[in-house]
Amino acid sequence: MKTEDMLKALTEAPGISGSEEDVAHLLRNYFARLTDEAFIDKFNNVIGIKKGTSSAGKVMMAAHIDQIGFLVHTFEEGGFIRIAPIGGHDPRVLPGQSVIIYGKEIIRGVIGTTPPHLQKSGDTGKVTALEELYVDTGLKEEDVKTRLQIGDPVLFDNVCTRMAGDYYSAAAMDNRAGVLVLLETLRILKGLKHQWDVYMVGTVQEEVGTRGGALTAYEIKPDVGIAIDVTFGDFPGIPDRQTSKLGGGGAVAVGPNFHPKLTERMIALARDWEIPFQKEFNPRPGGTDAVSMQIAARGVPMVQVSIPLRYMHTTVETLDLQDIRRAGRLLALFAAHIDEIHGEVVG
Amino acid sequence: MIHVLEKFSNAIGVSGNEDEIRALIEETIKDHVESVSVDFMGNLYAVKPTKAKNAPHVLLVAHMDEVGLMVTGTESNGLLRFSPVGGVDSRLLVSKRILLGKERVPGVIGAKPIHLQDRNEWKSPLPLSALYIDIGASDEKEASAKVPLGTFGTFQTVFESQRDVVLGKAFDDRAGCSLLAELLMTENDEEYPVHITAVFTVQEEVGLRGASILAERVRPDYCIAFEGTTAGDVPRGVSESPSTEMRKGPALSFMDRTAIGSDKLINHFSQTAKIKNIPYQYKKTVSGGTDIGVIHIKGGIPSMVLSVPVRYIHAPKGILAVEDYKNAIRLAKEALMNFKEVL
Repeated sequence: MKTEDMLKALTEAPGISGSEEDVAHLLRNYFARLTDEAFIDKFNNVIGIKKGTSSAGKVMMAAHIDQIGFLVHTFEEGGFIRIAPIGGHDPRVLPGQSVIIYGKEIIRGVIGTTPPHLQKSGDTGKVTALEELYVDTGLKEEDVKTRLQIGDPVLFDNVCTRMAGDYYSAAAMDNRAGVLVLLETLRILKGLKHQWDVYMVGTVQEEVGTRGGALTAYEIKPDVGIAIDVTFGDFPGIPDRQTSKLGGGGAVAVGPNFHPKLTERMIALARDWEIPFQKEFNPRPGGTDAVSMQIAARGVPMVQVSIPLRYMHTTVETLDLQDIRRAGRLLALFAAHIDEIHGEVVG
Repeated sequence: MIHVLEKFSNAIGVSGNEDEIRALIEETIKDHVESVSVDFMGNLYAVKPTKAKNAPHVLLVAHMDEVGLMVTGTESNGLLRFSPVGGVDSRLLVSKRILLGKERVPGVIGAKPIHLQDRNEWKSPLPLSALYIDIGASDEKEASAKVPLGTFGTFQTVFESQRDVVLGKAFDDRAGCSLLAELLMTENDEEYPVHITAVFTVQEEVGLRGASILAERVRPDYCIAFEGTTAGDVPRGVSESPSTEMRKGPALSFMDRTAIGSDKLINHFSQTAKIKNIPYQYKKTVSGGTDIGVIHIKGGIPSMVLSVPVRYIHAPKGILAVEDYKNAIRLAKEALMNFKEVL
């Protein structure tokens, strides 16, 4: 299956934090083709194990499979639906969005807005708070209530769109982009020899507190951990120092969350193999799985590679597919050499 | 019936750039009318004469154009600047997929991630100056080669049916266009007792421009406009008028900002609805304007607007009830079939 087709399938599969079944099953099927063992645990974390030649150590690569979204919160008179957020939303992103509600049936709707004709003066200067927004399916109240119930997941209607060059745009690129890096890494790793066992993990509930990463790192107890996520892409209005460039390669993270020497060796590997990369600086422990994996069980030395992503936590998250390919290549080489690297710098 | 609305809704035709929707409408109606023609502004005329003697001449209008965007600048990093075309609330543009030009080049309007915002940043709407269209171009040259300045853009929205409603873009006024097309597509044994000139107009959303030249060119006795209008029966303040309500039938307008409806025509339509047992309602707000605003004053042409209630017009996706749409077609057809004897 082509990388871009997997990107489309992964981004369009539903999986808000806590309801990751669909995307978990998709990923398990992908892992099954590329690993020796693939399974889903009781929290819907997806684990694929590729055995090394010596199995002398374990490297765990984690990318979260959950995405932000909403839950059905309240039914109002007339069949309108109030929603509760899952993960971090900017309320300014929401008006006029198409959404899909996964109830007994799949029901489509829009987040309601007031047309200019019916607005009062001054309305355009206001932001509607999330609590005041509602979803309109157009259906009669009784038709809504027989098909949906409180707690049903509500997702942005999502179409993965190819743009100029190798740019793609979709909701849930955060972090299906990282998931795709795991698959790209496995694809390249097939052609390489590696001593250690490689644990590929699609983690759940990252957006609500990096829980799947904590849980799986505790179970697996890896010798080295790698978090793969997305990072802020360049965009006007955001200082360059806070962003990474689309098309500049994976961003290797530097900061207290990450093992400095392992990070150095990752960067050296990228230089040796002439794989484009960039650095990003996280002066405080950040919001990725690395933050919980680092202190899981007896602790895990971490590295992190992120895919530059514009418009994070909107419905049009945009990236350059080349960055995913490059990150996959870098991580495959890192996994192939991790036994030596670990011996030299972690010991 | 819904099939025509679906095709028209999915077609692109931002004000001043109605080629695609006009070609589609022409193709749909041409075998059902005596002649079709297009004027220099792009208005599409269809003539459907009657054999009846001394029949009144009725001008039926629906506007083809939809609100959208125009690309007005290119940044060195390949991002595009744009301006709204027609009444677009810029708060609705954030985080949307856009199609640009005839080639439908995909683009997105993004926003700064919530993670990088200051504490109170989300409390003010993003101004137009903070919005760009991103087509994935890496520099100005690539961007302007793919999307030259002046290119029109619209929301990337696909029509959907869901039980007794449909969801889609541009129901203002593709609902009126498809309603009018359905009126023209009569069976062989059907004939209206009136002489009909149907005009699918351009540039309504930027100031009723296309319709401004019709009165002089057509010289009708009456004019009726078909619209997709605001349905406000949604959760809002209790004191606010819903304007029109879904599933309560087509709406008759007493007045809007541009015209007062002809009481003769309104009475004829409401009487017809009663006789034929077709639900109808009156539009309860006087906001907005329609093509009759610039038609009725030129030569004194009694005019009226009949609308299909649509929730969320001028937004990426609207919702209308199929029964309202079908009842609007029924009511318009019955009223026209019985036009002569009542007036």
